[in-house]
Amino acid sequence: MKRTGILIEGLKKQYGSGETLVDALKGVEMEVAPGEVVGLVGPSGSGKSTLLKCLGAVIEPSAGRMTLGQKVIYDGGWKIKDLRALRRDNIGFVFQAPYLIPFLDVIDNVALLPMLAGERNVVARKRAVELLEALDVGHRAKAMPSQLSGGEQQRVAIARALVNHPPVILADEPTAPLDSQRALAVIGILNDMARHYETAIIIVTHDEKIIPSFKRIYHIRDGRTHEEAGEGKSPHELIKTDRA
Amino acid sequence: MISLAGRDILHGWGRFLLTGVGLGLLIGVTLSMAGIYRGMVDDANVLIDSSGADLWVVQQGTLGPYAEPSSIYEDTYRGIRGMQGVARAANVTYLTMQVRHAESDVRAMVVGVVPGGAGEPGQPGFLIAGHHLSGSRYEVVADGKAGFALDDVVTIRRNRYRVVGLTRRMVSSGGDPMLFIPLKEAQQAQFLKDNDALLQQRRRTEANPLFNRPAVPGLLEAVIASQTTNSFVNAVLVQLKPGYDPEVAAENIQRWKRLQVYTRSQMRTILVDKLIATSAKQIGMFLVILSIVSAAIVAFIIYTMTMAKIREIAVLKLIGTKNRVIASMILQQAVGLGAIGFVVGKIAATLWSPFFPRYVLLEPGDAIRGFLAVMVISVMASILAITAALKVDPAEAIGG
Repeated sequence: MKRTGILIEGLKKQYGSGETLVDALKGVEMEVAPGEVVGLVGPSGSGKSTLLKCLGAVIEPSAGRMTLGQKVIYDGGWKIKDLRALRRDNIGFVFQAPYLIPFLDVIDNVALLPMLAGERNVVARKRAVELLEALDVGHRAKAMPSQLSGGEQQRVAIARALVNHPPVILADEPTAPLDSQRALAVIGILNDMARHYETAIIIVTHDEKIIPSFKRIYHIRDGRTHEEAGEGKSPHELIKTDRA
Repeated sequence: MISLAGRDILHGWGRFLLTGVGLGLLIGVTLSMAGIYRGMVDDANVLIDSSGADLWVVQQGTLGPYAEPSSIYEDTYRGIRGMQGVARAANVTYLTMQVRHAESDVRAMVVGVVPGGAGEPGQPGFLIAGHHLSGSRYEVVADGKAGFALDDVVTIRRNRYRVVGLTRRMVSSGGDPMLFIPLKEAQQAQFLKDNDALLQQRRRTEANPLFNRPAVPGLLEAVIASQTTNSFVNAVLVQLKPGYDPEVAAENIQRWKRLQVYTRSQMRTILVDKLIATSAKQIGMFLVILSIVSAAIVAFIIYTMTMAKIREIAVLKLIGTKNRVIASMILQQAVGLGAIGFVVGKIAATLWSPFFPRYVLLEPGDAIRGFLAVMVISVMASILAITAALKVDPAEAIGG
């Protein structure tokens, strides 16, 4: 049986009703294989955030089907009762800002998720340290978030997203506050981690610096997605296509 | 699982501690208010116990020497002394007035007692320095709260008194220190007028044809003499023989002497339930207001602290943190703040209570009740912040 990372079929989302009805998503089709990193680009108001929220089980779609890992999570209605546990165990989130918990040190920021899942503190911390070392921030494990640089904070946020080995990571503009070098480094890390942990990663971005680094890109426009190969295209070309 | 509340507190411990200290001072005031009420009750009990009396005999239809003016003939005590069950009886007068000491005035309750040793009705219970009234004139035994020292000279009305003894915890129901002077001098002090007033009174009496009758020699002198002497006292304090029922003795005196008699328990009721009742209500009102203010402060602080990390709470919810964990974090912080506040408040109340003009009695029972109240207030106050935190949409973490 073919393994699934993310599979979205005919996903729709409507806001409001009657005259105020807005079709935010009009039948999104998307597939991301385990170990694959794809980009999701689109102008403001195109439905990127709505799609991310539906995938993140934060808002309920209106129709369609979503499969994460081996689980069908939505098929005309939620198929999972505990969406919070679904997010905790199956989805990693990386945001534009790292949003680390300011009163926890780096190691506990990462270890918090397994702890919440019921893992013993020692085991959770061991897993966190391994990940932090893999992401080259192991030496800052005892530091507080405010003592880290922007790049280090984003790497810690990635470690937090990966620590429960979720089949899916959703990244919302993860490189926006970083310079080119650091942005590409973060994308490199996400690529490595996707391969290593067999994780399907969707990166929502406007960042021209990183667009060429995706093998596949989904464009979202007026609530619909269009797929195209991304590698080798210049950022300018991609943005131009996107604006067309 | 790590304690999120503990980590948050440790992260901003300075701000948290300062807030706790601020709250603690408020709790300290609340505990002190309760202590002031307890002190008033205790003062009343000490006043009753140290008077050495089993019965208070006062003017009919009055509430006795501490609550209402009472005036009875000074020779009444002789008849009472001869009644069944009575061991000792002594006259006593009470007069609240300003007493001159050095360059300042001290408000005090001047008590006129028959000079005698400890154990005599009306005498101060025990001395911390000096001796009891010896029978010499113009001696005073003062409560330490008056601020006098042995051999100090104080002026009561027109007479100067030497401090021969010091006692403690002898205050009136109003908290004024008691000064014990010989009965005769106290009776004079109650009625003694200045020289001009005396001359005026004599002239008026001489001019009154009812009193100045040439046909009745000695009448005028007798009237003037009666006007310048005082043959009244405020109460007679009675000690009973061991084992004698105070109710029975009180009933006998009331029936035969046609006076009002109060037993210890009745006098306690008058002092605590009637005299202190208004103050108790006042203090109770303050306690309610202070509790509401404390609750509002805890609620405001916890709400502000929660709102300051609302984005982090959204992230916590997005990554799968249960509501229970988030609510518990806020609740623990509120309870922690309350606990710090209580400890600071208890220490503050203990440290500043000796400086209050009235006796402040901090009872362990009140401290326990106070602690429980602070905990309940903290829990209630956290509800607002918990509600706000639980309403946060995890989607806020994603934005868009």
